[in-house]
Amino acid sequence: MSRLPKKDVVIIGLGWTGSIMAHELAQAGLDVVAIERGPWRDTASDYNIGTAPDELRYAIRQDIFLRPAQETLTARNTPDQVALPIRKYGSFLPGNGVGGAGVHWNGHTWRFMPTDFNLRSHLVGRYGEGFLPEHSTIQDWPVSYDELEPHYDFFEKVCGISGKAGNLRGVTQAGGNPFEGWRSDEYPTPPLKPNLAQNLFHKAATELGLHPFPLPGANVSTAYTNPYGVRMAPCTYCGFCEWFGCANYSKSSPQTCVLPVLMRQTNFEARTLSEVTKINLAPDGKTATGVTYVDSAGREWEQPADLVLLCAYSLFNVRLLMLSGIGTQYDPATGKGTLGRNYAYQTNAGSLGYFDKDTHFNHFAGAGSLGMMADDFNGDVFDHGPHGFIGGANLACNSTNARPISSRVVPPGTPRWGARWKKATVETANHTANVGSQGSSYSYRDCYLDLDPTYKDPLGRPLMRMTFDFKENELKMSRFIVDRTAEVMQAMGAKQVVKNYKRGPWDVVPYQTTHNTGGAVMGNTPEDSVVNRYTQHWDVPNVFVSGACLFPQNAGYNPTGTVGALTYWALDAIKNRYLKNPGQPMVQA
Amino acid sequence: MRRAALLAATLVAASMAGGTARAEPDNYTEAARGRYLTVLGDCMACHIGPDGQSLAGGHLLETPFGKISVPNITPDNDTGIGRWTADDFHNAMHNGKRPDGTHLYPAFPYTSFTRMSRADNDAVLAYLRSRPAVENRVERDTLPFPFNIRLLMAGWNWLNFTPGEFRPDPQRSAEFNRGAYLVEGPGHCGLCHTPRNLIGGDRDSEHLQGGALQGWFAPNITADARLGIGDWSQEEIVAYLRTGHTDRTAASGPMAEVVAYSTSQMTEEDLKAIAIYLRERGAAAPPAPPAVSAEDPRMRAGEAVYADTCAACHVGNGSGVAGMFPRLANNQLVRQDDPTGILRVVLQGSRSVATPEAPTAPAMPSLGWRLNDQQAADVATYIRNSWGNAAPPVTPDQVRKMREVVADRPG
Repeated sequence: MSRLPKKDVVIIGLGWTGSIMAHELAQAGLDVVAIERGPWRDTASDYNIGTAPDELRYAIRQDIFLRPAQETLTARNTPDQVALPIRKYGSFLPGNGVGGAGVHWNGHTWRFMPTDFNLRSHLVGRYGEGFLPEHSTIQDWPVSYDELEPHYDFFEKVCGISGKAGNLRGVTQAGGNPFEGWRSDEYPTPPLKPNLAQNLFHKAATELGLHPFPLPGANVSTAYTNPYGVRMAPCTYCGFCEWFGCANYSKSSPQTCVLPVLMRQTNFEARTLSEVTKINLAPDGKTATGVTYVDSAGREWEQPADLVLLCAYSLFNVRLLMLSGIGTQYDPATGKGTLGRNYAYQTNAGSLGYFDKDTHFNHFAGAGSLGMMADDFNGDVFDHGPHGFIGGANLACNSTNARPISSRVVPPGTPRWGARWKKATVETANHTANVGSQGSSYSYRDCYLDLDPTYKDPLGRPLMRMTFDFKENELKMSRFIVDRTAEVMQAMGAKQVVKNYKRGPWDVVPYQTTHNTGGAVMGNTPEDSVVNRYTQHWDVPNVFVSGACLFPQNAGYNPTGTVGALTYWALDAIKNRYLKNPGQPMVQA
Repeated sequence: MRRAALLAATLVAASMAGGTARAEPDNYTEAARGRYLTVLGDCMACHIGPDGQSLAGGHLLETPFGKISVPNITPDNDTGIGRWTADDFHNAMHNGKRPDGTHLYPAFPYTSFTRMSRADNDAVLAYLRSRPAVENRVERDTLPFPFNIRLLMAGWNWLNFTPGEFRPDPQRSAEFNRGAYLVEGPGHCGLCHTPRNLIGGDRDSEHLQGGALQGWFAPNITADARLGIGDWSQEEIVAYLRTGHTDRTAASGPMAEVVAYSTSQMTEEDLKAIAIYLRERGAAAPPAPPAVSAEDPRMRAGEAVYADTCAACHVGNGSGVAGMFPRLANNQLVRQDDPTGILRVVLQGSRSVATPEAPTAPAMPSLGWRLNDQQAADVATYIRNSWGNAAPPVTPDQVRKMREVVADRPG
């Protein structure tokens, strides 16, 4: 192994959180290196408008995703089962390469509700301790919405998020989400233009007494220059957003929002195709000395650094902590240990509506974040008392795409191929719409992550094992929500509505969502969390962790907005407090 | 940690200064002035070394007569200009001659640099000497026969070259004169923007009216409204030169290098002076041809290609997206008589320049693989004759020839 000259900061993974951390810390004068296991990617060379909209290459063959041969997980539903490796990613699709999953996301960019942050105390206060599901391990976040607000705001400005505010400094705004937390500012760009489905949803939801509003999205609606001076162009509604890189500089990503300025900084270096295998510790186990990584030629390097920032995908941050022996593995039998604890997911389901032949939805003129929403059944907006569950979901009517291979909705009972299938496609595909939901997924004692005892990766390191299932509380919540989506769909004028309830057990095959959360959660004490409120590791104070692995449980929203806000929140603490007293814990255990 | 980084930077600077650099201790002012003159002269664009930082030369500059290798102008004694005296350097800049009396080729723009003063040239040399010597031996005799006979340049100079320092015009403002000095002297804009005669000399009667080079077309930059910069405000010219991007256009191809290494680093006053000079020195261009009728079958075919392939970024009405995707309506670049520029960009694509104020640097993708000659010709004809544009139609044969040009010049 060769030892390299020491850097001030080593960043593991160059996606959203890594590129933001790198840019801000390099600007602050530190010498920064980011080590990324995937390839370099930028819009001009990799997402050419002539080749980017290729459904077979990107959506079906998953061109820009992590290959399971490089890293996968083993999965099971309960601790008494034997976990088996995921040999083809299905339920979730981790990104790969510079930009990470920030390249291929749809761009739904939410703020969690204020009560999502003090979740446990809020629910216990309103409904009593006994109302919580059995074995629930939900807990309050160590930060409040008010503390995160300025950081949500800045991340939205870096991204140019399109949307309409519903609550400006406590004053309700017509057209926005009346249930959202207060905002210090309007969205940077106006909402995208609604398509037919969004207009029908808006009308139907209003008639039902709900409060529809446009989805806040990382598809900018107008030409935009962000606070870093990076420019974006308006979304063209091309319908190739999720699972694709954007060729129009319209989808917020590290490529479109941060890398153009980051790469101009002479005190920053990116090393691609290099996989960090371990965070190295000093003999006392209390200080990280840097990282070890392997390049694409198989050579091993040691990169010493004063500060180590874990900015890989949330699941892989957790695994690297496990492989590095940092923290104590969670044990569901005793409830002791914190690393791997409180893994959660997302509970998504909805209704499909079939409309008459004169209703042409034209979802192909879609965008990742083109949607109309209602939050009337999210979080604790409504009284859960009569329903016997906790949590909720937003209702969503999105037109993300109508790509030719995968978007061929046909009525139930249609053959999977042949003349009748073709005929049904023509008669049906453009006359259907979906009302979906993005549901909360709360934490439980037996849903967790640890190292698999059997299966190893190509470098001989144990795979991470995921133990997870949808619990009755979540399934009950989702049934309630799906019934609401069906009511809206009916009111939109569908002639037939098919409810697609969420059913257990969780299955790794069909794509559901890549919103994997928890495992290295942030908290107020080392007994219930891996990192403190500043995302600083309790045991090794010069290690900071980013990403959705910090969430104690997942809310009824996509996670990226909160991941971005937490990144700027942590940066604020690192720049203004940690660096004045490096190596010291910012919260006393 | 920050202090440690600063200390490291200081040590590096100190060790570099202690090496083979030759700055005299008392000529900081002259060297600093010389550094800015090398920015004005865009020395880096041609003399950039293999390290991407020094002026150690070595790359092959394309000319109509063959490829010329660019010399090392770092102060290395054996492979650079370390042994040159101030007289030697002035003789090169002012007369186009090497210390041994042989001729330089006018790919080195001594035809423009001759406008610079002796004091300027001394300052440039003082700066060059302040930089580290880089050993990089450059094989200089790369031109084919007969152009490899340097003596031929004596005759060429007799026909095409009048040495002489810049003389300000007392009838004009100081800014105009400063702009004239910059454009005609160190900036050597005419090297690309003036058409060449058969032997590569400036066609003086068509000064700054646009010229073909290296498979690109450097457009007319006289004050003509249709083809030149006559429709550009002073602010737009300044913004273009400083950032490489305006609502109308983006610098790419060889101009991207000019912006990156030269104009983006010029002072605001100098950029203004350039704008004033170009806007006030007069307009010159051939008369406008009639626009091709919208009913012409080439226009109809081109419109369909445009809607399919171009409109997402450049927008259906040719308005583009400010600062990102060039506007095609009322865009002088697309309606030059010579369609080399538009065809190059359509067939091969091009990356615009990144500057501190406009770091995004969007790229035009290559479309040569999906448009055939007829389609590329039609869409170019359509763009050149829509939304108020008028320019000669483009033929499939021109596209075919352009494909050959592009094939020799990988993007």
